Amino acid sequence: MFPELNNLLNTTPDRAEQGKLTLLCDANTDGSFLVHHFLSFYLKANCKVCFVALIQSFSHYNIVGQKLGVSLTVARECGQLVFLEGLKSSVDVFFRAQAEPHPLQFLREANAENLQPLYEFVREALKPVDDGEAAWRCPVLLVDDLSVLLSLGMGAVAVLDFIHYCRATVCWERKGNIVALVHDSGDTEDEENNILLNGLSHQSHLILRAEGLATGFCRDVHGQLRILWRTPSQPTTQRDRSLTYQYKIQDKSVSFFAKGMSPAVL
Amino acid sequence: MESVLALRGLVLLRDSVEWEGRSLLKALIKKAALGGEQVHILGCEVSEEEFRAGFDSSINSRLVYYDLFRDPLNWAQTGEALPGGPLGALQAMCERTDPGPVTVALDSLSWLLLRLPCAALCQALCAMSRQHACRGGGPAAGQLCVLGLLHRELHGPGPMGALSSLAQTEVTLSGTAGQASAHILCRRPRQRPTLETLWFSVLPDLSLDLQGGPPLESQPHPDPHTPQVDPASHLTFNLHLSKREREAKDSLTLPFQFSSEKQQALLRPGPGPATSRIFYEPDAFDDLDPEDPDGDLDV
Repeated sequence: MFPELNNLLNTTPDRAEQGKLTLLCDANTDGSFLVHHFLSFYLKANCKVCFVALIQSFSHYNIVGQKLGVSLTVARECGQLVFLEGLKSSVDVFFRAQAEPHPLQFLREANAENLQPLYEFVREALKPVDDGEAAWRCPVLLVDDLSVLLSLGMGAVAVLDFIHYCRATVCWERKGNIVALVHDSGDTEDEENNILLNGLSHQSHLILRAEGLATGFCRDVHGQLRILWRTPSQPTTQRDRSLTYQYKIQDKSVSFFAKGMSPAVL
Repeated sequence: MESVLALRGLVLLRDSVEWEGRSLLKALIKKAALGGEQVHILGCEVSEEEFRAGFDSSINSRLVYYDLFRDPLNWAQTGEALPGGPLGALQAMCERTDPGPVTVALDSLSWLLLRLPCAALCQALCAMSRQHACRGGGPAAGQLCVLGLLHRELHGPGPMGALSSLAQTEVTLSGTAGQASAHILCRRPRQRPTLETLWFSVLPDLSLDLQGGPPLESQPHPDPHTPQVDPASHLTFNLHLSKREREAKDSLTLPFQFSSEKQQALLRPGPGPATSRIFYEPDAFDDLDPEDPDGDLDV
């Protein structure tokens, strides 16, 4: 996890809030550093994590995780991490008997209407243990990323329904958190992606949006991060807060600074 | 302002990601409940517990809640889901309202519009007011209020236009400098539509606080959590001036600044050196012929 990002979000692994949906979004840049941050953050917070990883392999996340101080291998072996490796298990779908349910079953069906098997997988993975004493702090679902489900043929409403059920189970019933990444292609004609992005934005408590700089690429400033805190149901005396910072990604950390205040230009 | 708040018929609360409308919806529900109306709520987007938070117990006991959040599509197969899916739930609400003033809150219309055909939803909304009128509650227009929360980024102009044509009132939420505003478009029969802007805030007890006009200060308040960064620290050059340096700088006359002293100096040929001279020492190879200065050129 990146300590500077924790400072901006005013949180630490010990004080992680519960029952929240965090939406990660990237536009004209790669926002995967935010996924790595939250993965290591919640593992360090002693939460049970179900990671639906559809984009990269396990070893990729493990290598980055080790730079951030967590070992995914150890977490998986001790039961803290349930890892669905989309790239590997998507092949298994075709070599299994059709009757056996598989979380990525929709890849096999011509007209898959919903992501219920994937939801059932998440629900099972984050089921509370029955030994009387809670081993882990709270369940967390992490998805990297939701936009690829649209590319794989699911409709935006099907993905919204999947997240709806995950919210009902993980956030409301089990007081856990959900973190999901959605890409913003910036294409106003991509209606499905816009419905997914806007639909999730309205349900989120925290939106982190990584954007490329409007002026193009820069060696010392890799992008800009907009943070929007929301309270979807409660009135606040202070209106929902929004902050913008620029950032530079380094080998093991990300540094944040106010706009125009990069150390390279001062 | 109170007449605008006496909302009847279909009322669309159009919110956005930055200016959420659920707290205003809850404030209007509280007002209706305090006014003695029946209040029915179809909750799709948040849990019943989260929706009821903020209402005191007397109001909570008056709310009839239909929970479409927990298992809207009957995936759990426990038998607890509302029968007929979202459309069935909407129709069931129509049938259960008693005669008299009723407020129905749909949280949210966007959720329903994404999963139901637009025409079916519009027909269900029309049927709602018709059925309520048939039940002998009085003229339909005066008795039923349907508050629909609509997230305006989610829908195209077609569905939005269809719902707008059914609505008697449209409240569009936005704001500036941390202050929320509601642009209210009212369509009354046989009258011209009226447009009014209200600045408001919803207090923690869900009562509405209406302000007279836009906020006076246009500067956003500095966020107390952000440390104030001094941009002049850790620099390799000096941005600050001492008092002497500042005085010297202020008393400096700029070369192109026209002042009365300069005007006088230009008008009066002063005793100062007005002409300049050029001193030239010819060397051995120069052939100077004063009568023909160009004599050395082979033209």
